[in-house]
Amino acid sequence: MAEICLGFIVLGLVAYAVFGGADFGAGFWDLTAGGAERGGRVRGMIQRSMAPVWEANHVWLIFVLVIAWTAFPVAFASMFSTLSIPLFLAALGIIFRGAAFALRGQAGTIREAKVLGALFASASVLIPFFLGAALGGIASGRVEVGNAAGDAIDSWLNPTSVTVGAIAVVTGAHLSAVYLAGDSVRADLPDLVQAFRKRALASGVVAGALALGGLLVLREDARDLFDGLSSGAGLAMILLSGAAGAVTLALVWVGRYGLARVTAAAAVAAIALGWVFAQEPYLLPPDLTLEQAAANDTTLTTLVICVGAGFVILVPSLAYLYRLVLQGRLDQEFEPLDQRFRPLSASDNAEARH
Amino acid sequence: MGELGWTMLAVAEVAETLGGGTQPDLLAARQMQAISLGVHIPIVCFGIAFPAMILFVEGLYLRTGNPTYKALAKRWSKVALVIFAVGVVTGTILSFEFGLLWPEFMATFGEVFGVAFGLEGISFFVEAIFIAIYVYGWDRLSRRAHFLTGIPIVVSGFTGSLWVIAVNGWMNDPEGFDVVDGQVANPRPFDALFNDHLPHELVHMYLAGYIVAGFVVAGVYASAWLKGRRDQYHKTGLVVTLSFAALAAPMQVVVGDWAGRQVAENQPTKLAAFEGLVETQDGAPFTIGGWYDETDEEVKYGVEIPNLLSLLVHHDPNARIEGLEEVPAEDRPPVNVVRYAFQTMVAIGTGLALLGALFLLTWLRKRRLPRSPWFYRAVMLAGPASFVALIAGWITTEVGRQPWIVYGVMRTEQAVTNADGLEIGYVILGVVYVSLAIAVFWLLRRLTSKPPSTELAGPQAARVRSVR
Repeated sequence: MAEICLGFIVLGLVAYAVFGGADFGAGFWDLTAGGAERGGRVRGMIQRSMAPVWEANHVWLIFVLVIAWTAFPVAFASMFSTLSIPLFLAALGIIFRGAAFALRGQAGTIREAKVLGALFASASVLIPFFLGAALGGIASGRVEVGNAAGDAIDSWLNPTSVTVGAIAVVTGAHLSAVYLAGDSVRADLPDLVQAFRKRALASGVVAGALALGGLLVLREDARDLFDGLSSGAGLAMILLSGAAGAVTLALVWVGRYGLARVTAAAAVAAIALGWVFAQEPYLLPPDLTLEQAAANDTTLTTLVICVGAGFVILVPSLAYLYRLVLQGRLDQEFEPLDQRFRPLSASDNAEARH
Repeated sequence: MGELGWTMLAVAEVAETLGGGTQPDLLAARQMQAISLGVHIPIVCFGIAFPAMILFVEGLYLRTGNPTYKALAKRWSKVALVIFAVGVVTGTILSFEFGLLWPEFMATFGEVFGVAFGLEGISFFVEAIFIAIYVYGWDRLSRRAHFLTGIPIVVSGFTGSLWVIAVNGWMNDPEGFDVVDGQVANPRPFDALFNDHLPHELVHMYLAGYIVAGFVVAGVYASAWLKGRRDQYHKTGLVVTLSFAALAAPMQVVVGDWAGRQVAENQPTKLAAFEGLVETQDGAPFTIGGWYDETDEEVKYGVEIPNLLSLLVHHDPNARIEGLEEVPAEDRPPVNVVRYAFQTMVAIGTGLALLGALFLLTWLRKRRLPRSPWFYRAVMLAGPASFVALIAGWITTEVGRQPWIVYGVMRTEQAVTNADGLEIGYVILGVVYVSLAIAVFWLLRRLTSKPPSTELAGPQAARVRSVR
């Protein structure tokens, strides 16, 4: 039962990285899109693509947390008390990111949109970094069992954490560029397809380079983790992830964005699984194993049944949402963000404007 | 649970699971939790009640084909989405705070109540999915399909709050586990969730959702009414929200009575704190106003109504009520905070019930809205007042639970994190939440100030164009 619950957590983390991570990545491109006029089209596309799905995507994080504290309460409490600084900063980022994005959709002037956009975009970069840094602290064995028992700073400000944080930011940006290129094809906007294609290729190369360099960092800083990733199932997953990443770049190169979505997501999933295999049998290395961390069997069984039953409702609902999105049925009219605020001119059809 | 049960609970206190030193900033941790909940709970009210109101208006549109109803429902759905987005982030903060602030609580009891949050997580997910489909699906899905996608929002808004309230009920009435040598053993998740406090807390909160959302939105249209905007759009907005709130407010009085009697049974010390009642006595009085003096252990300058408390709690003017003296001073909640919160809630709740009854009587007997401008001014006031009553009621039950985080089993001071810097976190979070509240309020005003016809296109817009 503990393994099934861990499976839920890994599923949730992968889904959060693939869907939520891409939303953060969209924020990265929003941040780097340039001035209001130059970046207006990129930002308009981001606003349009993210708006219907970001809330549902974000719920995967909540899902991971609730499974963690129910199935592995001592591990959850140890992580959150030791990693309180990066997690608090991530939480603040989550407030700014979500609120500023939602409010930018209602902004009335370009100035408001700029301020809200800057908040949304910078928070979108900081959240994956801090969450990644927290994961790096766990993976490198820096979270001790106990109430704030680990070092409050070193647990997240260390070579492994910084590496994982950077990889999280760049991977999200890459995923997002792949998705946005696909959305731009659907919206029939060739200039944006090209813009996001370039970004997808560049960020994919950077992500690959960071991952390779990261392995060297792990070799020095977190030897146990490195050994796990460089042998057996861990190694297989790393190779699989690298292959999926390479295939993604090739697919983006030839403009097959739909398939590239799938392979890009597979690359992320393989990394997460590789991490799980690498630190097996530990949940909090080097002391707490999965079995030791697991809650009472009654709780685990009840949780698995409840979540399983919930999935019967949840999975078709999610499938319905993503089907509507990918069919373009929830698409709003495309509008460059800076154009929304220009004064009405005689050529505008007043009826069609929102 | 009678006196025996209480004694049994008191001996069954648990030890911390993780262990560690003491936390000097316990108050900062509690304040952080309090502001986070204080921001989130009003949002939850809208999550519970607003979708039903929106669907009601959309139903009017489907039946009549009148585009005014569509414009109203669509406008409201956009407001609901903004509020939901803020709820997503404030809800995330709460789940982070469980671990950041109360790791001992989570480590010790996560396996007892956690399943509820698993179910809540699923509900939240379904809500997020369908609210997106509903709001972005206007004019893109068929009318029928669009209406149907609204129903899961209403249902999941209810089930989500159900599971959270189950956990809160459990904190007040802990069941579903044993304490063996100071350790929690044999968790029985469903016994924990279906505790004695769940039914009344659920109904009380559910009605509060309709009262707060109803009166807050009605207040906006009452203000428009006083400014002379009395067209069908504004009238519908006023009548629908006011009807929901006016039906819920008098019912809440009955539910409040039920809740009070349940508290008297399970948490006599909390009830004694509502009233500042020190001595256990037959025929206890109800004291209005005044100030509880901690050193003299009595309420000073209050107005005493003989036997009323016994009558209210046990429906018998001579019934026995347990006072604060039954437990040592360190096991009592801060009486003044709890008592003022309780009295504020009761006073406002009574006023809202009267206002609701006035509206219903006028509507049913004369088939029109009340004419006096004072009625509309009262409705405008009822929005913020119901908000105050909501927060006061929440303070009543949560501060009334102190010094326990899990009633009689774990003290709040045992549950807190050992991490440093809680005060810094508190100040930062406070500033962030105040700015968030201002920004949201300002942008909702912007959203609702556009003419209703902008929600529609083509000939439908032309029909509603005359409405400002």
